[in-house]
Amino acid sequence: MTARVFVPCDALSVALGADEVAERLVAETAARSLDVTVVRNGSRGLFWLEPMIEVDVGGMRHAYGPVEADDIPSLIDAGLLDAGAHRTNLGPTDQIPELERQTRLTFARVGVIDPRSLDDYLAHGGFDGLRRALAMSPSDVVDEVEASGLRGRGGAAFPTGIKWRTVLGAPASPKYVVANADEGDSGTFADRMVMEGDPFCLIEAMAIAAHAVGATHGVIYCRSEYPHSIATLEHCIGVARQYGWLGTSIAGSVLDFDIEVRVGAGAYICGEETSMLESIEGKRGMVRPKPPLPALEGLYGKPTVVNNIITLASVPWILAHGGAAYSGHGVGRSAGTLPVQLAGNIRRGGLVEVPFGITVRELIEDFGGGTASGRPARAVQIGGPLGAYFHNDQLDTVLDYEAIAAAGGLLGHGGVVVFDDTVDMAVQARFAMEFCAVESCGKCTPCRVGSTRGVELIDKIVLGEQRSANIAQLEDLCEVLEHGSLCALGGLTPYPVRSALQHFPEDFGQRNQQDEHDAQENI
Amino acid sequence: MPIPVKPDQSTITTCAYCGVGCGFKAETSGGQIVRMTPWKEGKANHGHSCVKGRFAFDYYRHPDRVRSPMIRVSIEDPWREVSWDEAFAHAAGELKRIQETYGSGSVGAVSSSRCTNEEIYLMQKFARVGLRNNNIDNCSRICHSPTQFGLSATLGAGAASQHFDSILRSDVILVVGANPTEGHPVFGSMMKRSVRRGANLLVIDPRRTETVDSPHCRASVHLALRPGTNVLVLDSIAHVVVTERLYDEAFVRARCDWDDFELWMSQVGDARYSPDVVGPEAGLEPDDIRELARRYAAGPNSTIYYGLGVTEHSQGSTGVMCLGNLAMACGMIGREGVGVNPLRGQGNVQGGSCLGSWPHMFTGYRFVTDAATRAVFENEWKIDLDGEPGLRLPNMFDAAVAGSFKGLYIQGEDPVQSDPNRHHVEAALRNMECVIVQDLYETETTKFAHVLLPGSSSLEKNGTFTNAERRVSMVRKIVEPVAGLEDWEITVGMINAMGYELKYDHPSEVLDEIARTSPAYSGMSFELIERVGSVQWPCNTAAPEGTEVLHTVTFPRGKGSFMLTEYVPTKERVDDRFPLLLTTGRILSQYNAGTQTRRTANNAWYDDDVLDISADDAAQRGLRNGDRVRVASRYGETELSITVSGRVHPGVVYTTFHFAHTMVNAVTSDLNDWATNCPEYKVTAVEVTKVTKVGKVTKVTS
Amino acid sequence: MWSELRALRDGIDLGTPPRDGEPVTLSVDGIPVTVAAGSSVLLAAGIAGCTVPKLCASDTLEAFGSCRVCLVEIEGRRGYPASCTTPVDEGMQVRTTSDMLAKLRRGVIELYLSDFPEGDIDGGWSQLNTTLDQVGVHRLADDHPYRSGANHQGGVLDMSNPYFVFDQAKCIVCSRCVRACEEIQGTFALTIDGRGFGSTVVAGQNESFLESDCVSCGACVQACPSDALIEKSLFPGGYERADSSQA
Repeated sequence: MTARVFVPCDALSVALGADEVAERLVAETAARSLDVTVVRNGSRGLFWLEPMIEVDVGGMRHAYGPVEADDIPSLIDAGLLDAGAHRTNLGPTDQIPELERQTRLTFARVGVIDPRSLDDYLAHGGFDGLRRALAMSPSDVVDEVEASGLRGRGGAAFPTGIKWRTVLGAPASPKYVVANADEGDSGTFADRMVMEGDPFCLIEAMAIAAHAVGATHGVIYCRSEYPHSIATLEHCIGVARQYGWLGTSIAGSVLDFDIEVRVGAGAYICGEETSMLESIEGKRGMVRPKPPLPALEGLYGKPTVVNNIITLASVPWILAHGGAAYSGHGVGRSAGTLPVQLAGNIRRGGLVEVPFGITVRELIEDFGGGTASGRPARAVQIGGPLGAYFHNDQLDTVLDYEAIAAAGGLLGHGGVVVFDDTVDMAVQARFAMEFCAVESCGKCTPCRVGSTRGVELIDKIVLGEQRSANIAQLEDLCEVLEHGSLCALGGLTPYPVRSALQHFPEDFGQRNQQDEHDAQENI
Repeated sequence: MPIPVKPDQSTITTCAYCGVGCGFKAETSGGQIVRMTPWKEGKANHGHSCVKGRFAFDYYRHPDRVRSPMIRVSIEDPWREVSWDEAFAHAAGELKRIQETYGSGSVGAVSSSRCTNEEIYLMQKFARVGLRNNNIDNCSRICHSPTQFGLSATLGAGAASQHFDSILRSDVILVVGANPTEGHPVFGSMMKRSVRRGANLLVIDPRRTETVDSPHCRASVHLALRPGTNVLVLDSIAHVVVTERLYDEAFVRARCDWDDFELWMSQVGDARYSPDVVGPEAGLEPDDIRELARRYAAGPNSTIYYGLGVTEHSQGSTGVMCLGNLAMACGMIGREGVGVNPLRGQGNVQGGSCLGSWPHMFTGYRFVTDAATRAVFENEWKIDLDGEPGLRLPNMFDAAVAGSFKGLYIQGEDPVQSDPNRHHVEAALRNMECVIVQDLYETETTKFAHVLLPGSSSLEKNGTFTNAERRVSMVRKIVEPVAGLEDWEITVGMINAMGYELKYDHPSEVLDEIARTSPAYSGMSFELIERVGSVQWPCNTAAPEGTEVLHTVTFPRGKGSFMLTEYVPTKERVDDRFPLLLTTGRILSQYNAGTQTRRTANNAWYDDDVLDISADDAAQRGLRNGDRVRVASRYGETELSITVSGRVHPGVVYTTFHFAHTMVNAVTSDLNDWATNCPEYKVTAVEVTKVTKVGKVTKVTS
Repeated sequence: MWSELRALRDGIDLGTPPRDGEPVTLSVDGIPVTVAAGSSVLLAAGIAGCTVPKLCASDTLEAFGSCRVCLVEIEGRRGYPASCTTPVDEGMQVRTTSDMLAKLRRGVIELYLSDFPEGDIDGGWSQLNTTLDQVGVHRLADDHPYRSGANHQGGVLDMSNPYFVFDQAKCIVCSRCVRACEEIQGTFALTIDGRGFGSTVVAGQNESFLESDCVSCGACVQACPSDALIEKSLFPGGYERADSSQA
């Protein structure tokens, strides 16, 4: 009987040598005439253990990691196929503490199945959500999504049900469903993991959305820096068409819907929904003013649902288990779960799907294990390069959209990047301005000119030139950026800059107010 | 100094160039024009402009300007500068002497479509009260006279039925034999706006013009028909409308003569006009003809815009009638977004048509033979008037060659360059004893003149222009006329010199006189135009501020008439000696004969006429891009440089006519429209051969 | 739509195209004003007599929202929306002046001034000059922190067209020229090349104006608020750049 050994094909695993591991496994088992099928699964998201291979023994998965190609002979000798003991043995996968403590709804299948196998997908509840949705009216499907409390996971956190309701009610046609896979935030990878680990889930979600709003065309806009995702999606879309899950009369229903993948070209701003639509239309990726909302006038001026990958990937579960089940998780107005991406200077980085309500400290220490360097954590940036830097004192903030905002931050797409005490926050603040300057589309003046001036100001501050005047000007500039920018790129750049200035003034050559007062007193 | 000069005065006026008639503000500093900016309230242009009106105004102060009246006894003599009074006295004296010697009908006049309404009116008055005959014509003879004939015959009025903005309400736009993006650029931009908003563009033109295909504006059907087959193709479109029952029966029954319609139906319904027959002969796919017909008929609002590609043919008037018939059959008349619209080229050629500058008509298209109309003018002018139609300009030239026509007063026209059969025109002028030319510069025609009266540009006089929308707008004097008199003052001087006492203190009095004598203009006045900005005629008690859309309730004659339009191929045929068909057209940066634009920096874009030839035809003749070639027809030959172009199909070549030395009109044929003598400029059989040595060859053979 | 074009008035720029729709009544700085549905708040403010400074807005072009000068406050709405891209709503209450708005507008103008030839401002009469008057700042103080930063003062000076120049030093990248060439003329000869701070107006495939598809209609010259595109005829002695003043 064929033994199944799982080696992840996720881009991160590949970067750490998973392809070589798989090759070696195939070669070694062939040489020993062992009946083994190597399955390339998604990553479980436990990055410090990658490449993490698994073996299926009697229906239960056992994990080994991190594994190098040269470990394979000894692993096989040690009885890999029977979950034998080995230095890299991690025990049953589901019992790995950092995985066991998660609540995997959206990521339930990632790492479990072969992402390219329709059979595997179907065997794990795949297309249950779509089947149920197709038996409901479009309005009832929207009700279910509204009941779930799902909010946009790209960063805006707009209630998904309301967005779908708007598109459903729009009279124009045709309508579109666009999946935003431009995951540009540094330190984020949740979208990528879904596209590479459970792509049919995204396809199913878009079909559900199409049924709910009356759309006929879907586009997945994937950043060019994700070639593995693009290839996987293209393959699965082809398979879905072949077996009637895309195209005309999907699953025997009246739904006609198809999807194409469009590739970005190195512009962070094309993750902003209106720039993304411009890019899909073949134009410069420049931000459109709102109103009109894309829900009413989106792709080619037609009603368009634009959703983040995680938002969409949560939908099949919601339809299969009901909106109430989803909203049973979470706190306040943040319903459901968030796939947090732990990165930066962290011992145990990776994907942590938890219900809203956990604290940042728990994420970093319990799941993340503190810094990789072992030095104390000094700053935590939440929400991507435009998120605020949280100081140690703030780490008990609860993971909740409103609570993070109240603390002056931004939960965004769920990226959490940890810095230890060797970080220079002036460099980080400069990076925020520089990032804005590099990625600015150039349309609005605050961002186009202001971000460049911001970099220049910080350089002067760091060199000690007219420090107070330049800091005052930097604060004024942050105000103009925050309130005057056309989109969130310029609008959010002040968050990291201000939080750095406010919580880490010493890095800017500023003593904090008390020290300043004391120094004056001593003259 | 980095700060720009700030104009101290701004005066609203109308562009001097094409029939769009854009409103402009002439901005001056210290009395000099420093720039022309488009007027936002101009209803033809809404604040937009093209390179000509916007920037190419320096011609008015070019050194070539004629600065003083001049006379000479023989055309070989040098010019002698004289005073205005002496010039008038000499010219009038000569004309009177000629009439005494050769008869009253031996002299005539030609008005300019680049002059104001008032000036054109005064030219026809000159002929009628000064020369006491009806030998008066205008240049629309050679461009849109078939419009006059054809649209009058079908719809009852020879003018555009819509205003330009109406195109924004059109669902289907059919452009026939016109290239608005080059010839009427500001209107072309409005057309493109409409297409970008979803209107369907259909084009009938031998060439793949800029109108057919430009960014975000592409024709969904382009019938690139063989030059000379207009009527054949238009009849075939009508065939589809009739045989597939796409016509608007309710409209035709209510608004048109049903008997005429049935006769027309049986003509176009005949098998010989079926697309399957017509397609091959015209070089088209039959299904393309069908698709165009179906789209046009389906509307809901379909509009037609056409140009000299329809009129300058031996069946020019017939082609226009086809368009009138088609619009009536499909019910596309009498509301916003539809209509039949000639794209008048000259700034005031519509004015020229309306104001009686015809040998057979007074103002408002009323016949000289009609006693009642004659009485109106006899009453107004206090003089008896000749009731016999006079000579058309081509007839004047014929009579001159025959020896019976000896004197001509030409206002702002250059027939030697512009009219067909150059040799004939030159011979005619040479035979005359007194040729009086009023113009801004010396031209090809002034080489044959005995009196040269310095004209005034439209920046130097007050008056009104009528654009292609029937829109009458103000022309205002910005600077003093170079030689001291505005054009209308010159014609008044000539009238007085002929012995008819006449005085106007201001051109507004001329418009008042026009209003008194012409029902369609009866409500028109400078005061009204200044108050509302511009007025589209008819302007009368029924429509005190003008009329935007014509034929909304009835046609001028009550019902619309369907005219029969049998196809008669032109006599101009290709054969082994002359296997290619030459057609002509305009380019954006140069204007017509180039008189004005060649004296501006517009030469930067286009400094010579060029022959467009297809790659196939070029290859067959061993030609490469930029080669000099001889273009020869049965009538003459000339030399040009070529551009190998994808815009022309094999078998067709194309050139412009902006440069005097090109003398394209030496090559075009003698043939003309059966009804109006409009020359068939658009179909000439030619051969193109490489010139092996550099040198100008321009020869007229016949 | 043509009735909207006919509502254009010489000498007045409403900021965004007038619309033809059902009347909507709102108040601007307490002044009630009624305009057609679909009109912008900027247009309504102008009709109410409340001047809102602007740069990238013109009533011959669709609203773009790039200069961020025309910001206003709207009762019940967060933030400081651009009035040109905000459609009017029945009963809306708009404030066109406040301390914060003055501060933001000043901040935006300072950014513009940090990359504009100082010598071209005094005595100028462009729309930019009008906006500087309205916002109340015409130059950066000698010790202003924005001085001597990156700039485009040595950028392209295209004199190829016989009638007008393009001087990149005065370009504020408002895109009015690009939009005019698209929406009014329909030639699509101009575009913005590059992105971010490197954004620059170019003709064709980064060619000279004369070599590009430009037909010299002048719509871009008409649209340009900062005299980056301007008629050569307004410079009797020939066009000259001001000395670079951002040293």
